[in-house]
Amino acid sequence: MNPNDGEVIISVQHVDKFLGGKPVLRDLSIDVRQGESLVIVGGSGQGKSVTLKHMIGLMQPDEGHVYVLGEDMCCLEARELNRFRQHFGMAFQEGALFDSMNVFENIAFPLRRHTEMTEEQIRTRVRECLEQVHLHGVETKRPSELSGGMRRRVGFARAFSLRPEILLFDEPTTGLDPVISDVIADLILEMDSTLNSTTVSITHDMKVAFKIADRVAMLYNGHIVEQGTPYEFQQSSNPIVRQFIEGRAEGPLTE
Amino acid sequence: MTSVFENIGLVFIRLFEQTGLWFRMLWRTMVWSVRPPFEIDAWFRQMVRVGVESVPVVFLTTMFTGMVFALETYTGFHRVHAENYVGSAVALAMLRELSPVLVGLMVTGRIGSSMAAEIGTMRVTEQIDALKALATEPVQYLFVPRVIAGIVMLPFLVILGDALGIGGGYLVAVKLLGANGVIYQNNTFQFLQIKDLWTGVIKAGTFGLILTLTGCVRGYYTTGGAEGVGRSTTQAVVSASLIILLTDFFLSKMLL
Repeated sequence: MNPNDGEVIISVQHVDKFLGGKPVLRDLSIDVRQGESLVIVGGSGQGKSVTLKHMIGLMQPDEGHVYVLGEDMCCLEARELNRFRQHFGMAFQEGALFDSMNVFENIAFPLRRHTEMTEEQIRTRVRECLEQVHLHGVETKRPSELSGGMRRRVGFARAFSLRPEILLFDEPTTGLDPVISDVIADLILEMDSTLNSTTVSITHDMKVAFKIADRVAMLYNGHIVEQGTPYEFQQSSNPIVRQFIEGRAEGPLTE
Repeated sequence: MTSVFENIGLVFIRLFEQTGLWFRMLWRTMVWSVRPPFEIDAWFRQMVRVGVESVPVVFLTTMFTGMVFALETYTGFHRVHAENYVGSAVALAMLRELSPVLVGLMVTGRIGSSMAAEIGTMRVTEQIDALKALATEPVQYLFVPRVIAGIVMLPFLVILGDALGIGGGYLVAVKLLGANGVIYQNNTFQFLQIKDLWTGVIKAGTFGLILTLTGCVRGYYTTGGAEGVGRSTTQAVVSASLIILLTDFFLSKMLL
């Protein structure tokens, strides 16, 4: 889709964030539009995860504001924030599955807490979610018995079990082999089209980024230095972007 | 020279910070404990973990303490010909002091540490963030069942400990040292007041709160991977034990 269509549903405005006294985000501003797939790229420690955590209210900005569906995330009371978070599904880097529960219970967790579904409906929904991520017969397995790629897929299934409008992916392919990475990227594309939700992913894997993005934004030094469609991004003359895409050791990123 | 003062100041700042944090989390736990949904299943699971599974440890600790207490007091009291009061001394000491404090410390080692490690691991593997992202308040889901289990189960463990300590004392005094069983029994209950039992029970509930909440708070604020989890576990045991011993003095004074 055209990245400039659709209304803005997440708006990060002039956010500064300090962690342990060090600035991580500096005057960061970025908008996410309804239905698009935004990928934020950048090197390690440039604040990608921190940006994502601001969007879902896991972190609060020191300066600036984050608006989601027109609501300022800073000023919500805990219970309102919880109601608000049901609009979101977030897939964590290593899956972050609850290791005291099996796969079925992990995916059923949000359904049991936030819906009035019967046990039968929950079973059906969990099966649907697992089919969506192409997993079968793993319901009774513990997270520790799964491979890294499978854990992530279960994490995806848990993230969209409530059919959220916004999906956030934290480094969906980091630490996976290239083939599984591509499978995961296909999966995200597929989810994007079938679930019709807005997705924000962060990654440093440019291949994945170009594959799944409607729009790519590059985070450097705590703010966005370049953004555009994958094509525009690839044509960028910004030396920082060029060095990152080409993966060179010499350049402005490493000076 | 300045650095010495700076360090002393930092220690105090940290102490005040930690105290403030502890009470803030206590308040949040109280607020979230009265909000639905109530995780009754989780409450029972934690009660079994804190209460039922601690019985063997409590059994050994309190029984042997009662035994050794009777042994030592008998020897001492014998010198002033006051053997008849051994039973009273054992019962009073167990009910008011030994059972609550020993059970509190033993359960801290068993449960406070495991709660800190469990919640700490959840923190460093992003499971706490995942809970929040799934619109679930971690304080409600993790803290409330554990703290309630501590407050409810510790009194039962302490009453069990009272009985075992008095029983152990009886065994040593009567079977080993040859005191008269009937007189010993009478003396055990002669000077006891119902207040003594209550003192122990109130202490137990308070210690149950302290050890579970400290374990949860230390785990919740874990940073720095596996090493951090180890640090949190140690801190949970050390600080909970210290708080229990300090609180014990003030409670004893108040409940005299």
